[in-house]
Amino acid sequence: MAVETQLPYDKQYVTEYSEKRNEPSWFKDIRLQALEQSEDLPMPKLEKTRVRNWNFTNFKHDVAGEQIQSIDELPEKIRVLLGEDVENLIIVRNNDVAYAKLSEDLSNQGVIFEDLFTAMNEHSDLVKKYFMQQGVSVDENKLTARHAALLNSGIFLYLPKNVVVQEPIQVVFWQEDPEAALYNHVLLVADQHSEVTYVENYVSDNDEEETVANIVSEIFALDGAKVSYGAVDNFAKGTTTYVNRRGTVERDATLEWALGQMNDGNTISENITNLMGDNSLSHAKAVSVGRGNQKQDFTANIRHYGKASEGYILQHGVMKDSAASIFNGIGKVEHGATKANAEQESRVLMLSDGARGDANPILLIDEDDVTAGHAASVGRVDPIQLFYLMSRGISQKEAERLVIHGFLDPVVREIPIETVQKQLREVIEGKVY
Amino acid sequence: MAGSTLEIKDLHVEIEGEEILKGVNLTINGGEFHAVMGPNGTGKSTLASAIMGHPKYEITKGEVKLDGEDVLEMEVDERAQAGLFLAMQYPSEISGVTNSDFLRSSINARREEGDEIPLMKFIKEMDATMDDLEIDKNMAQRYLNEGFSGGEKKRNEILQLMMLKPAIAVLDEIDSGLDIDALKVVANGINKMRSDEFGCLIITHYQRLLDYITPDHVHVMMQGRVVKSGGPELAQRLEAEGYDWIKDELGIDDETVGQKA
Ligand SMILES: Nc1ncnc2c1ncn2[C@@H]1O[C@H](COP(=O)(O)OP(=O)(O)OP(=O)(O)O)[C@@H](O)[C@H]1O
Ligand SMILES: [Mg+2]
Repeated sequence: MAVETQLPYDKQYVTEYSEKRNEPSWFKDIRLQALEQSEDLPMPKLEKTRVRNWNFTNFKHDVAGEQIQSIDELPEKIRVLLGEDVENLIIVRNNDVAYAKLSEDLSNQGVIFEDLFTAMNEHSDLVKKYFMQQGVSVDENKLTARHAALLNSGIFLYLPKNVVVQEPIQVVFWQEDPEAALYNHVLLVADQHSEVTYVENYVSDNDEEETVANIVSEIFALDGAKVSYGAVDNFAKGTTTYVNRRGTVERDATLEWALGQMNDGNTISENITNLMGDNSLSHAKAVSVGRGNQKQDFTANIRHYGKASEGYILQHGVMKDSAASIFNGIGKVEHGATKANAEQESRVLMLSDGARGDANPILLIDEDDVTAGHAASVGRVDPIQLFYLMSRGISQKEAERLVIHGFLDPVVREIPIETVQKQLREVIEGKVY
Repeated sequence: MAGSTLEIKDLHVEIEGEEILKGVNLTINGGEFHAVMGPNGTGKSTLASAIMGHPKYEITKGEVKLDGEDVLEMEVDERAQAGLFLAMQYPSEISGVTNSDFLRSSINARREEGDEIPLMKFIKEMDATMDDLEIDKNMAQRYLNEGFSGGEKKRNEILQLMMLKPAIAVLDEIDSGLDIDALKVVANGINKMRSDEFGCLIITHYQRLLDYITPDHVHVMMQGRVVKSGGPELAQRLEAEGYDWIKDELGIDDETVGQKA
């Protein structure tokens, strides 16, 4: 089967789409330039995964989603994803915001939590300053350029200085239409000394129909800010996903990632954190399950620029059937980042003979005065562990289940909202057995 | 009902093609405590592991029966469900699985579906047993054996023994790595189990454990077999004199399993 590589969307389409969304002209210009660049830019460079035959061009771009008045109107499978009494919630249905709620208290404190199209008109200074300027660039590769050109969904979350938000903020992206593409951008700016916990869920049902998800998240933790970012990606088999999550962490700031990478389709997932400031800190934790014959390429990369910056990567993956996954862990310490600490651990558990898993730990260090370490392993469930569990009467199946859950738990328990954590456990359960 | 009977007859076991056990005979009845002693490398742990069905050990000859049922035909979990228990010399560490979840799964595994132990009852029982064994309450929520000290692991094995209440237990060097206070605590726990319903095979190198838990029978293993059996006085003599007199008596030069008798 010949795979179409050119986008079926031209300049005229993009212009009309931008006008329909009432976007400011500066944003339309970003789109048009990106569209042009996308033609010549190369695909993302992946060392070991070939994406030549993946679907990146077959999808419906503009699909409306019906509004709802209350979350009770949602189907059960979406409602179970919501945190109990979540006060701050946006539900994106296909390419539209179907429901949005922000507590009065937070809005009084100046917190902005709204869809990106609204934000680019109402808070254009902030969006202009941060949208694909300092985090991810439009011209990084063909897919980032297409992202900017075809953006059809987006969230803007802004925390003013010193605003500490206790309750988690949640967004659910529900691709109800099985062919609807999601070109989604999350822009999260935590101003100095603010604190926030953000959790997102991606869900679709398209086992048969093909489509595309192209997601870019840019997170800015300014001086002294603390951001905790949780995600459960759960696109169905028909969706080819490119997800690029990028953190910029300034002086004394912290960014905690907890990513549940549960897509059933082919996936490129890139998570890069730039520790710009002195004493900045990031934990990048991710779990993945591969099944069927899906191919996935995961990169967790922490770059140290600030002195005494600390970066910890932890990736755990379980592979079954004939799934194949690459786990790249990259710790990079730039010259001048003295006293930096770059640690990483990548572990892959294989559940079948046909599965493939590769852990590539890479340390790139341009500074003498640092500490760094890595651990990587690819292995099977330890038969001695199973013997131990079974010797207490636990069946082999249950023993394997315990070992696998245990293997993924160090990341799963970091997912900020309890119900989302529980959901993730159930997704894992459903995928592994 | 009287307790169960575990019968081991002419048991031969190989590991990676090498014969380790060369015809072990032993019978343990409910109500009896047996001690198995013997120098290093004489097959004691191999016997324990083979009874429980460790995947590395291959049974080449002989039989193991629990109340007449063929244990060797059973999967490991079925052996446990039938009433066997092994406290291991080196318990596995299992990350991400809490001690308490593991114990509850183990208890529920031997109950019918729908008849799971009520959570409160479980917690009460576990708390009380942990108190008996002077185990820190935090250990319930820690990952199974992960980062436990040697002594903590041993206590944790006995905690499982007391909660699971098997018919026949094999305790492999449950005393190694225990300080003298811990030894008393663990011995008390095991003594609490004593009843007609419970039989026990205690593998140990030291009389000091047997000072607290008096065995009904003592066996000595050498070269992959039981070479001598007797009462508690046999253990005392071993403590005082070592193994040389047995070797002399039986004409054994090298007691390890690599040697032909
Ligand atoms: N995996 C293995 N591969 C090869 N030989 C083994 C293996 N495991 C055990 N053995 C050998 O089997 C023999 C008996 O070992 P076993 O562990 O049963 O001894 P033991 O009596 O329990 O000793 P100890 O008192 O030191 O615990 C030893 O010679 C040992 O080296
Ligand atoms: Mg031993």
